[in-house]
Amino acid sequence: MTAALDVQGLTTRFATRGDPVTAVNDVSFSVQKGRILGLVGESGSGKSVTGFSVMGLIDAPGEISAGKVLVDGNDLRALSDEDMRKMRGNKVAMVFQDPMMTLNPVLRVGDQMAMAVRVHRKMSKTAALEESRAALEAVGIPSPEERLQAYPHQLSGGMRQRVAIAMALLHSPSVIIADEATTALDVSIQGQILAEVRDLADTTGAAIVWITHDLAVVSSLADDICVMYAGKIVERGTAQQVIDHPRHPYTKGLLDSIPALHEPGKHLPQIPGSTPQLSRLPQGCPFRPRCPRASDICKTVPPADTVDGQTVLCHHPLERT
Amino acid sequence: MTDPILKIEHVSKRFTRMPGLAERLVGKVTGGGKPVTVHALTDVSLEVSQGEVLGIVGESGCGKSTLGRVVAGIYAPSDGSVTLHDKPVARTHGGNIDKLTTQVQMIHQDPFASLNPRMKVGETLAEGPRYHKIIPARDVQARMRELLEKVGLEGAYADRFPHQFSGGQRQRVAIARALAMEPEVLVLDEAVASLDVSIQAQVLNLFMDLRRDLGLTALFVSHDLSVVRHVCDRVAIMYLGRLVELAPADELYADPKHPYTTALFASVPTVGTGKRRFEAIKGEIPSPINPPSGCAFHPRCPLAGPRCRVEVPRLTDAGTARTVACHLNDGGVDAKSEVAA
Repeated sequence: MTAALDVQGLTTRFATRGDPVTAVNDVSFSVQKGRILGLVGESGSGKSVTGFSVMGLIDAPGEISAGKVLVDGNDLRALSDEDMRKMRGNKVAMVFQDPMMTLNPVLRVGDQMAMAVRVHRKMSKTAALEESRAALEAVGIPSPEERLQAYPHQLSGGMRQRVAIAMALLHSPSVIIADEATTALDVSIQGQILAEVRDLADTTGAAIVWITHDLAVVSSLADDICVMYAGKIVERGTAQQVIDHPRHPYTKGLLDSIPALHEPGKHLPQIPGSTPQLSRLPQGCPFRPRCPRASDICKTVPPADTVDGQTVLCHHPLERT
Repeated sequence: MTDPILKIEHVSKRFTRMPGLAERLVGKVTGGGKPVTVHALTDVSLEVSQGEVLGIVGESGCGKSTLGRVVAGIYAPSDGSVTLHDKPVARTHGGNIDKLTTQVQMIHQDPFASLNPRMKVGETLAEGPRYHKIIPARDVQARMRELLEKVGLEGAYADRFPHQFSGGQRQRVAIARALAMEPEVLVLDEAVASLDVSIQAQVLNLFMDLRRDLGLTALFVSHDLSVVRHVCDRVAIMYLGRLVELAPADELYADPKHPYTTALFASVPTVGTGKRRFEAIKGEIPSPINPPSGCAFHPRCPLAGPRCRVEVPRLTDAGTARTVACHLNDGGVDAKSEVAA
């Protein structure tokens, strides 16, 4: 079966005054229809740039320097700008962290949704509004007719993010990229939206890439998880493998530092140091200076994928349990 | 429990926005243009003992940050009082604060916004103690270095500017600045919320060490239930400006009494693949400008009854040292007349 989204060897660089910085470094992953992939990492890990690269939204001084982005088997990178524009919002859609940035503040919700429908498909405005109404209903917005008449500032943050998700759904895209889409929301609203996203993946068959820093969110939402560090995917597997049996020392360190898993008041295991600057990555394994398992080989030789069902970019992965 | 040192008594805080000229003119015709009042805090009373860390938890608009600011003396309460050792933390004059205790210090969420980018951190640290003559001028330099070391940085960093630090390091500087005033009480407002998970653990460990070494008393304001459980002795849950539940942390997490607390716990994603379903709280968080009648949570509450729509629940005892504001704990949710009958 062709994966809905198949990313191969994606590399994105940014020119700086010094050497170019590789924000996304040879990243590969695929997502099947109806599955949710959690892309997890800390600030500067390259998770958001990966999402933007898939959408072809990298502007100068950035440049996608290598790799393929296959959506239903078609390579997006081979498309002309005009053809790529036809794909965006149509076959591949994106939901951003801040819905106030996505929505046009001076247009009614209905008008901007209908516009998004008619950009890609010829139809009357009435029919487009009806599709918009159905999309709002699908994401659990009560009294959708009234919401179509509202301006974005009249909606709460959670409602706006639902509208943004509904807009992403308008053309039944094969792939939806969501970048920290619930990070700015309160937990009770986040809970509602996560439940709806799970249902949407199941009912619409869209492949969803859920980009977040929050391991708790992906562990309860995603089917598969990729953990990124310094521009590379360092561990990949099913949610259960990665969360319950992490093998990369970084994943293990991240999970261990979550307070919920420890007795209150006790010292939390911490990863020493801080995330490295991409312009000054150490030789060998980028995690080496912070890694409790590092040895001499880690100083010089970059680790290769060790694949046995699980991808772990490490010379000394934790034992399989 | 020892005697409380910090007392928050019946504190309310209202923010009123006066209409602009245009709004008043339009209002003459439409009947609008009236001042808009937000009830950020309504009748909140809490006591904190020496050495205790009290968590304040809630979602947007619940008043947790406002409460932190009232305690730190940044806002004057509209009603009620905040006292430390029975002395007010802030003296007000005509509604404005004109004298403030140095005994309560605050640590803010965003270490990028809370440090002056044009001051060396050593200067930032020294400013308060120098002005208030907390330490003799000749000792200031040495003391600043000592403080930086205490929060896990190097003394030599005193000569650096904030942009030379990472987010986690800046938050350490912010903690050092608060400690420089030798406060009795710290107010931490979402102090680890903007940090990455691995850095968050470092800062939480630092906080727990400092608390043990210095016997700090703290108000820990956060939306993150797992962080609060880890560092707090007692937890207060707030909803739309009111206290809805107060309990020792272990008891609250083991057995939440208020339906809102229960629902909040259920909607938080947890790490682990066992729980794959969220039991989301239905509905939106209402606006504090126009809160629902009766119990503010009743439109979202699965257990609400007729009484909840009309009567504001009182805080009542629910076991030793814990209170809850819910009619279920105070006679039931049926209408008053039915209870009487």
